[in-house]
Amino acid sequence: MDRLKKSPWMLHYDASSCNGCDIEVLACTMPRFDIERFGIINTGNPFHADILLITGGVNAQSAQVVKQIYSQMPNPKVVVAVGICACTGGVFKDCYNILGGIDTVIPVDVYVPGCAARPQSIIDGVLKAVDILEKKKEAQTHE
Amino acid sequence: MTRVLSLILYLILAPFVGAFLDGIDRKITARMQGRKGPPIWQPFYDLFKLFSKQMIAVNSVQLLLNCSYLIFLAVAGGMVFFGTDILMSLFILSTADMFLILAASSDSSPYSNIGASREMMQMMSYEPMTLLIAVGFYLATGSFRVDEIIAQETCAFWMMPGLFVGFILIMAIKLRKSPFDLSTSHHAHQEVVKGITTEMSGPTLAIMEIGEYYEKMLLLAVVALFFIDSSIISWILGIVLCLGVYFLEILIDNVCARVNWHKLLDICWLITLLCGGINILILMLI
Ligand code: SF4
Repeated sequence: MDRLKKSPWMLHYDASSCNGCDIEVLACTMPRFDIERFGIINTGNPFHADILLITGGVNAQSAQVVKQIYSQMPNPKVVVAVGICACTGGVFKDCYNILGGIDTVIPVDVYVPGCAARPQSIIDGVLKAVDILEKKKEAQTHE
Repeated sequence: MTRVLSLILYLILAPFVGAFLDGIDRKITARMQGRKGPPIWQPFYDLFKLFSKQMIAVNSVQLLLNCSYLIFLAVAGGMVFFGTDILMSLFILSTADMFLILAASSDSSPYSNIGASREMMQMMSYEPMTLLIAVGFYLATGSFRVDEIIAQETCAFWMMPGLFVGFILIMAIKLRKSPFDLSTSHHAHQEVVKGITTEMSGPTLAIMEIGEYYEKMLLLAVVALFFIDSSIISWILGIVLCLGVYFLEILIDNVCARVNWHKLLDICWLITLLCGGINILILMLI
């Protein structure tokens, strides 16, 4: 059953984004792109979320927060790194406080490149994540 | 026989009809905001998903309290559909709400505690009106019993238009519609108004939502009660007007900005006093 596929709720967290990617994420929820048409709700609550959407690279301060949010989400869950900063650290890679991409602290399932990532590609990435979510669920039930 | 049938139908169908109405609600809301909106069956998908998620419980009583919320709402609605006492049903309705408040305040999260205290404020605002409506039905029809209310010659609405206005108001609070969605809201997922549901995840949240669907059907049944009399046509009229009132609630939801609890209390008690009080006074005098 593709139960998860039809109602993925996402949680958006800004690890250390310049706000460019955040604005694009918010643009996805606006009437023009309207991600709610896929049943996706932008929740602000890790307890309700299935997809963790992170913008910006991880720095010394946000690493703990990212780990905590990830651990609070009920299984199955997926992580989407939005923007080149979240993928690799991007232009801030060599800054003294940046640890690198999101995958330095938690496992990432989908990478959405771009600076800033366009709403279309964010939606595309989220929908890819939804398929992975479904696979994870299946793997979980077979265990 | 029909009474037992309607009770069974209510207990089985209410969650489905409620979820379907919720889907229509979300679609209409999206259209009003210029969006495409989720599919009509979205609430069903959401419920399925919530039940298939891992259960993260912050404590062991929350699930139990949510189940009690669901059961009490089913009992309250069942009483109306079985044709018994409406006053008792409305009392059980508020008892059910107490369970939700307990469930929300059973954990230490400040968000759900704020939600719980706001829910308490909401109860304080709509409770007088609920009581007046039950009294109004008694004064207008001479009985608290639902089966006797719907067996009248003329429908109760003509005797209690003021109370009907009041009921639309408290329905907006009960259905958690803006401007009165203080304790938990269907929009604004990132804000403190998500309140009560903050610490509920997976199945626990799903149970609460099913409870809300039972509550929704109960409230719509009370709307119909205003219009139904002994004739068959009034039943059709009742159902059509139920849908009309539901649409009105969606419209109110979309055109109003959220108020704070001072305003909520002021508005509710003012309307209770003006519409409800005067209506009851007239009913008592004639
Ligand atoms: S990818 Fe570009 S827009 Fe996005 S957070 Fe990094 S610098 Fe900002």
